[in-house]
Amino acid sequence: MRMSAKITQRIAWGIIWVAGMLTVMVLALIIGYVVIKGLGSVSWDFLITPPLGGLSGEGGISTAIVGTFYITILTIVIATPLGLGAAIYLAEYATDNWVTKAIRYGVETLAGVPSIIFGLFGFALFVTILHFNFSILSGALTLACLVLPTFIRTAEEAIKAVPNSYREAGLALAATKWQTVSRVVVPAALPGIITAVILCVGRSVEETACLYVTMGGSAAMPTSFLSSGRTLSLHLFYLAMETRALDKAMAAGVVLIVIILLINGTTNWLTRRFHAKMMGT
Amino acid sequence: MSIISRRFNEVLSRRMIFISALAAILLVFLISLFVIQQGIPALRSIGVLDFLFGTVWRPGIGEFGILPMIIGSVYVTIGALLLSAPLGIACAIFLAEVAPYHVRNVVRSAVELLVGIPSVVYGLVGMVVVVPLIREIGGNGYSVLAAIIVLTVMVLPTVISISEDSLRRVPMAYREGALALGATKWQTIWHVMLPVARSGIVAAVILGMGRAIGETMAMIMVIGNSILMPGSPLDPARTLTGNIAVEINYASGIHESALFATGIVLFLLIIGLNSLAFVARRQP
Repeated sequence: MRMSAKITQRIAWGIIWVAGMLTVMVLALIIGYVVIKGLGSVSWDFLITPPLGGLSGEGGISTAIVGTFYITILTIVIATPLGLGAAIYLAEYATDNWVTKAIRYGVETLAGVPSIIFGLFGFALFVTILHFNFSILSGALTLACLVLPTFIRTAEEAIKAVPNSYREAGLALAATKWQTVSRVVVPAALPGIITAVILCVGRSVEETACLYVTMGGSAAMPTSFLSSGRTLSLHLFYLAMETRALDKAMAAGVVLIVIILLINGTTNWLTRRFHAKMMGT
Repeated sequence: MSIISRRFNEVLSRRMIFISALAAILLVFLISLFVIQQGIPALRSIGVLDFLFGTVWRPGIGEFGILPMIIGSVYVTIGALLLSAPLGIACAIFLAEVAPYHVRNVVRSAVELLVGIPSVVYGLVGMVVVVPLIREIGGNGYSVLAAIIVLTVMVLPTVISISEDSLRRVPMAYREGALALGATKWQTIWHVMLPVARSGIVAAVILGMGRAIGETMAMIMVIGNSILMPGSPLDPARTLTGNIAVEINYASGIHESALFATGIVLFLLIIGLNSLAFVARRQP
């Protein structure tokens, strides 16, 4: 009996180690494959040349980089005030009543809604009814709705992590609640709030489905927020599906992976700093 | 600053903050409203049952049956979960109980990065690696099986991180109690930890299903987008999400409305799964 328990444990351990290592291997394989196949096509020229468009798939990715940049900036500009307001409300003002419960339920539900449903919504409201047509503006508004729950959750956690002594000190100096919140608590939570913003930047770079049905996907250089455009992810999709230029698609994948690695590194660094700060004081 | 303006600021800021918080609720409401309102004309003219159980989708001749897409979505979702649930739970046990400190950090950052990789990159790797491999077995490679393999990797992080969380929440005393009774570490995990963490693990799998059923771009890239009913895993198929994305840009009239109706079905499936996960997590 004792012997068999030991053998079972050994077998189980083996399986569990394999599962753990497999996860790392899958990641390494995906990133390694894309980098090996794509790195050869990445050059300065590739980054600053516009794509030729059409079925050739030749050219670079400059317009897609500009499109990604526009979408990201606009999404953050729209989502930050809304998300921050909601986070401050939930962390500082909300009492435990049905309104708060409803808001929390809303945030939870939104977080689970698939990207393509946001796309349908954006298509109906922004593209069709509000006549923004297929444009960067429609895409960014749709994307802002999509990132809102992530933003609210992350920012709320950050605000809640600020020690109560900060609030007490503010109130003891005869500051009003709002003065305390806006000049003491929110500045203290700033690294966490910036983390929320960067997470949303990451989502803007990754998301494709909701933009595919709202942004139009033009390969031309966008001239305003009302022009159609494409992000890097969308560009990769078009290259893979409509052209034979799989090497260019891989190269776009390399650029995407580098951006994601940078974003991940920055958020990890910021989170560590924030925790150190909150623990230290 | 006068007391009156201080009071004014106070009230004004509280209002604005409250309104932005309400935006979340409003948004859920608006999304449902728009998708439902745009989808109803199609449901009216096609009929709910014909829409849900019709096996032919040919917008050109006015046939709108989405059963093949429902089957397609369910097929890939269940397939992906059959693979990623055991793998993900094993990996969660690895992270929570087995891995040495440094190995754990490496595996955990790998899981974090897997979440961050854009779905189009998964789709691309699926197209150039998985699809040709499946072509060797039979068919043209763009298939349910390719979609299942790609999805398995994509939902793995969800299953791992939520399962690990719930394993970590098992009180230390349970573990110590079992070990003190002379159980091996594996017996402790199998007979004590897993049963206690069960509701969280079930929630992890259900949330993974939600992710799988909502995935769009990677599915379009590897599943072949056929409108026919899939039979064998080597057949091409189409998911509900893919149906919407592939056709919405050029659809109009009743066809467009039918795509919104597809969205309603998808929305209901997701809300159902999320509520299930919510209930599972609330279990003691």
